Amino acid sequence: MHLKTDYNFHDPGQRYFRAYRPGDDFYEALIEAHRDLDDEQSERLNARLILLLCNHIGDLRVLREALDAAREDL
Amino acid sequence: MFLTYTNPVYEYRKTADQSAAQPVHHPLIVVGAGPIGMGAAIDAAVQGLDVLVLDDNNTVSVGSRAVCYSKRALEVLDRLGCAERMIDKGVTWQVGKVFFQDELVHRFDLLPRPGHKIPAFINLQQYYLEEYMVDRMRQLDGLEVRWKNRVTAVVPRDDGAELTVDTPDGEYRLSCDWLIVADGANSDVRSMLGLQSSGKVFEDRFLIADIVMKADFPPERWFNFDPSYHRGQSTLLHKQSDNVWRLDFQLGWDKDPEEEKKPEKVIPRVRAMLGEDVDFELEWASVYTFQCRRMPRFRHGRVIFAGDAAHQVSPFGARGANSGLQDTDNLIWKLRLVMQGRAPERLIDSYCDEREYAADENILNSTRSTDFITPKSKVSRHFRDATLELAKRFDFARRLINSGRLSDTAVLVDSPLNTPDGDAFSSDLVPGSVMDDAPVIGHVGGRAVHWLLEALDARFHLLLFVDEDGLKDEQTREMLRSAQQQPIPLHPVLIGPRPLNDDVFDSLVDTEGLAAARCDARPGTAYLIRPDQHVAARWRRLDPQALSRALARATAQNEE
Repeated sequence: MHLKTDYNFHDPGQRYFRAYRPGDDFYEALIEAHRDLDDEQSERLNARLILLLCNHIGDLRVLREALDAAREDL
Repeated sequence: MFLTYTNPVYEYRKTADQSAAQPVHHPLIVVGAGPIGMGAAIDAAVQGLDVLVLDDNNTVSVGSRAVCYSKRALEVLDRLGCAERMIDKGVTWQVGKVFFQDELVHRFDLLPRPGHKIPAFINLQQYYLEEYMVDRMRQLDGLEVRWKNRVTAVVPRDDGAELTVDTPDGEYRLSCDWLIVADGANSDVRSMLGLQSSGKVFEDRFLIADIVMKADFPPERWFNFDPSYHRGQSTLLHKQSDNVWRLDFQLGWDKDPEEEKKPEKVIPRVRAMLGEDVDFELEWASVYTFQCRRMPRFRHGRVIFAGDAAHQVSPFGARGANSGLQDTDNLIWKLRLVMQGRAPERLIDSYCDEREYAADENILNSTRSTDFITPKSKVSRHFRDATLELAKRFDFARRLINSGRLSDTAVLVDSPLNTPDGDAFSSDLVPGSVMDDAPVIGHVGGRAVHWLLEALDARFHLLLFVDEDGLKDEQTREMLRSAQQQPIPLHPVLIGPRPLNDDVFDSLVDTEGLAAARCDARPGTAYLIRPDQHVAARWRRLDPQALSRALARATAQNEE
């Protein structure tokens, strides 16, 4: 397994006193990025976001595992 | 009249103040005898202040509103001498379960690390909590409560306030040096002064139903996202004492609140949730909406706001009453020092700095929970549901589930009262955090104590870690003796691995070494602790000048 599935949200340089906080900071930013977009615009944003993050990860072993994990149960 | 509880009636009595020719003066008046007003009054009396409480009603909460009390709120109540009955009567719980479309996706355990006096959370009907606080108020000298005394006008002055109070015998007037306003979310006093609390209104309605049942459900918090019996919405199940269970149903914005709280509407919802064969009786039902908002400033001259009057949150996370009790914990020692002329009035401004910061954190967390529980758009519902689906398989997604981030303490890292760390510590007990508890044995001021937090009463304390030989250094002993004699006395407490039998200073045995471990302490390490049990400063080695500077800073007596 190359894909990290344990909790990995953090902000280097920021001290967190509550473990849930960096994850909640991320989640809010994610939802906020979609504010005032219609459904089609949201889908386009998500597609762009996936491509950006996939390039950042780069490692095809990780990406293939992530694609499989996301597709399971659908 | 409820099935399991009868509201007490507290008698209205006419007082001499009502026939006085001139407004009678009281140094400190508290408006509101809910949990926060009573917390303020009890704390004031415990700290030796005379205090008068005015309440427009003559009983405790009708129906249980707040249900879930946090470790920190109970620690505050323990210092005030009334937590024991609450913990005995309440339901101690620590397991929470989250279901998505009827399937268990996450289970969490709130068990605090061992070696804490107070449990992580208890559930208790608000009326019991209030009743026990009323009983505690009656034990205290210098504390007077006047029921059926409704404040109808407040005129602020530079040196206090004048009040008009309505009673069954008509109106009378009072004056005070300081006024604490704890009259709830729809604060009348706030409106009278033309002050605002502003923020965000959520367009959703929730039904709460308290039911009595002798069912075999464990004392756990069950949160259901999109259950088959209540499609597209969420529900919550939580146990209180006397076999009363709190059920919470998200209804949506379009539902009629008056219609939804009728038993003929509520009972089928309960049956759908619990199953047809469960025996229950409906005790109380209510439909509510909520807001996340606060006042821009909690202090207006000599008028100070606390609790829901100052700030309001959504119920997810139990951050209402729990944060209000931390408001008064923060305020009363400061007010005492100012009223006694030992600290400048600007010490009260630090109450605003610290508790506004805490309110923002509570509002942030409860807003995020609300947004997760009630997604506002198609895409946010997709992300919410994807999180819940992935949570069946992956740890990271479980940790993103936000069914309420349960009340925790704000670490007041930016407080002007803190002395920032100069020495290196691996412990998270930074200046601005609440001191951690630990089992100890010893005596403080002649009282036997078994927990570190029991040793920390409403004075400033210097917790000095020593080795088994105790404190031998004469210079340090002299310094601590003189610190006890200052206008703001500092109470030294030695703590070490063995009994010390020090004939001058109180001492504690760190029986399991947990106090030292939690403080990352070595012999010579010192923690300066405020009357509200917050860390003000800490050092590896005590230096008289640094200590007196830190104490001055923690009481707003430093040069600005």
